[in-house]
Amino acid sequence: MASIGKIARRTFLIGSAAIAGGVAFGFYAANRDLQNPLLAGLKPGEAAITPFVKITADGITLITPRADKGQGAYSLQAMLIAEELDVDPQKVTLSPGEPAPAYFNGAVLAEASPFAAYDESWIAERVRGLMAVPAKLVGLQMTGGSSTVPDMFDRLREAGAVARETLKKAASDIHQVPVDGLSTRDGAVILPDGSSVPYTALADAASRIEPVQEVTLRSSDEWRLIGKPFRRTDSVAKSTGTQTYGIDLSFDGMLYATVKANPGLGARVLSFDASVAETMRGVKKIVAIENGVAVIADNTWRAFQAADALQIEWGTPDYPAHTQSMWEVLDACHSDDFIDSRKRNDGDVETVLAEGGLIEAEYRVPYLAHAPLEPMNAVARFSDERLDIWTGTQIPRFIQDHAAALSGLPADKVHVHNLPIGGSFGRRLEDTYVLQAVEIAMAVPETPIKLTWSREEDMAHDYPRPMALARARGKAGNGAIDAFDLDIISQSVAASWFGRLWFAPPGPDVTLVAGAWDQPFALPNYRVTGFRAIEMVPVSSWRSVGASGNAFFHECFMDELIAEAGVDPLEARLKLCSHDLSRNVLEAVGELSDWNGPTISKTRARGLAFTLSFGVPVAEVVEISVTDEGIRIDKVFVACEVGRIVDPVNFEAQVTGSVIWGLGHAMNCELTYENHVPVQTNYDAYEGMRLYQAPD
Amino acid sequence: MTQIRVNGSLHHIDVEDDMPLLWVLRDELGITGVKYGCGIAQCGACTVLVDGIAMRSCQLAIGDLEGEITTIEGLGNSDALHPVQEAWIEEQVAQCGYCQSGQVIAAAALLTEIPDPSDKDIADYMSGNLCRCGTYPRIKAAVKRAAAKLKGV
Repeated sequence: MASIGKIARRTFLIGSAAIAGGVAFGFYAANRDLQNPLLAGLKPGEAAITPFVKITADGITLITPRADKGQGAYSLQAMLIAEELDVDPQKVTLSPGEPAPAYFNGAVLAEASPFAAYDESWIAERVRGLMAVPAKLVGLQMTGGSSTVPDMFDRLREAGAVARETLKKAASDIHQVPVDGLSTRDGAVILPDGSSVPYTALADAASRIEPVQEVTLRSSDEWRLIGKPFRRTDSVAKSTGTQTYGIDLSFDGMLYATVKANPGLGARVLSFDASVAETMRGVKKIVAIENGVAVIADNTWRAFQAADALQIEWGTPDYPAHTQSMWEVLDACHSDDFIDSRKRNDGDVETVLAEGGLIEAEYRVPYLAHAPLEPMNAVARFSDERLDIWTGTQIPRFIQDHAAALSGLPADKVHVHNLPIGGSFGRRLEDTYVLQAVEIAMAVPETPIKLTWSREEDMAHDYPRPMALARARGKAGNGAIDAFDLDIISQSVAASWFGRLWFAPPGPDVTLVAGAWDQPFALPNYRVTGFRAIEMVPVSSWRSVGASGNAFFHECFMDELIAEAGVDPLEARLKLCSHDLSRNVLEAVGELSDWNGPTISKTRARGLAFTLSFGVPVAEVVEISVTDEGIRIDKVFVACEVGRIVDPVNFEAQVTGSVIWGLGHAMNCELTYENHVPVQTNYDAYEGMRLYQAPD
Repeated sequence: MTQIRVNGSLHHIDVEDDMPLLWVLRDELGITGVKYGCGIAQCGACTVLVDGIAMRSCQLAIGDLEGEITTIEGLGNSDALHPVQEAWIEEQVAQCGYCQSGQVIAAAALLTEIPDPSDKDIADYMSGNLCRCGTYPRIKAAVKRAAAKLKGV
């Protein structure tokens, strides 16, 4: 496997300011323009030393603003703060806090920079570093894009160190001992005589002094948590049924709601008849909402039953009705008029291809739903004074702004309470379900309502990963690849998704070709072109975004050319690879799998693929066998280089989970459309992977 | 008025006969460890024990219910973990965790039926419980660990 001790590569790549360990860093000074959101809610004697650490006489709360959708973000953020603060992450309270500019994500935009991850030129690094500036200016608080650790690695350790040093200063003042003689351990300051003063006893004093501005981060050889196996802070709750997700919330007087919205996304309700539904047991109110109808009842199941009894005449959306006509649209968009980018154009592909003797291939990937197991849900309570929203979200600041606009309340009266999420894979980068809950709550002021989507509503109203068409031409022979030309035709995720959240960004959409144009191979004639198809079904970010289809296209065609050249898939990639870290993972997967070519026996074989995505080179070997019941995936070997690993236990879970995610969808999932609506309405037709199919 | 016994406590409820047990537990009794995932017995997130047998509570109409119900909360808690829960924590199975109540209950039922399951037994029994995060390798390991614990090793 990739070595753990290497430079914290992704941290470096996104242009972080501090170097790990040994550098004095003016944390407070650097951040003073961003107001500490915790200060407003403090009572006398409570301290919020940074936006990430709150200490009262009763306990310690660490603010972990990146959402936990199962990837362990709360634990990872707590580990980073605790590494410097000297508290046990299992013994403190973790809270995502309320959305605030101080929790901006400076790394999430880095992937949108126009440079390949292996480009370490001055200009590439400079641009990546500058991407954090707009994020900070607008307080872009988002969980996604594999950015939590790169963004937070220094900031949270700095926050922990500032809090620790401030608590030591407070102890020094109270006990009249020099700071130099103090140390910290397990949530307490240790005095020179060995006695300990709990942080909670220092909250009042710490709240009265200016936070210490100069801190020195511990060097990696002093770390007690980072890089060591860790028990996630949510393990017990999630194994005993006591983890509270948004869907589990309950409040006094709360009512339960569901919606039927137009499954033709974006189209309106022409008319509806609720005469049966409104007489059903437990139904409190029927509410017309944007593009749909909501039922408020005294129980979720009764709301579901009544929603099924609604008679609704739907308007027609403006995208093609059937999958076949959608493919025809992509085919029609494969022309020069639709070229979005040609970010890879090495050598002279056209001249080589004109010589004839081509290998040609076409690949297709379908629309895919996120389908996390927890259906979309949100609790909202509206009054003339304030709006409270409880939900799991990756975009709390956008929700705050959108809900403010919808309700007519100023944004500072909109309180978003984030909750642990039962899976997302990008799904919670959207807020349609939240705004529906707000609409419903506005119809019954002062009453908390919990909106729960049925699974069928969830499947029909997902914003899926876009379908894509790829056409490839190339030339190979005599041990070498002479030309590689890949055209990718798809909708723009950036335009559709970000267009809903804020505005469609100008310029080419990097995600259209991500995982294809930016691969570290030195081919003599090498071209990747993105064609931006017209918008069809509204689409969104789905785990790994562009690479989910593009890496498949790139590596399938690479394999075709390698086979034509008559060389070994691993040897050929190693020979072409122009990037040391990528070469390392290829070598590592070769060693790990004992690679000896694709053929094992008549019934067993192996395949190898590589991608560089979100700055991380990944290589996999998949071993399959032919059985009477079809092809079986026996084993998967993975090598990847993520740089610094914060928690190796969780890291392994994320890697194996993503392998199962990728293979499960490739095997068992697609969304196909009839009359504008996905045919697949539940897990019976959209299974993902089942345990019996999971490889070792 | 219907009486049901859940995790040792008797509850009187007044609901339609065709309301699924899932929604009685969640919305009428506030027992939320049992999860709604699909409503058609495809995901297993709603799995509970009825007299020790694993059943999908989303498909079990309250009017048809006979027997005593055990949910994840009744299996064990943080002060008194069931061996399957201990194994789940030790193997660090959960990612998002939303399916895990159902997985743990299913595993407990499996081990009651087959105390020393083979890989195939585990695959056959546990494949009805969907996990979107892909925790299957650790589920397999945790079932084996729990089996060893239950044998008193």
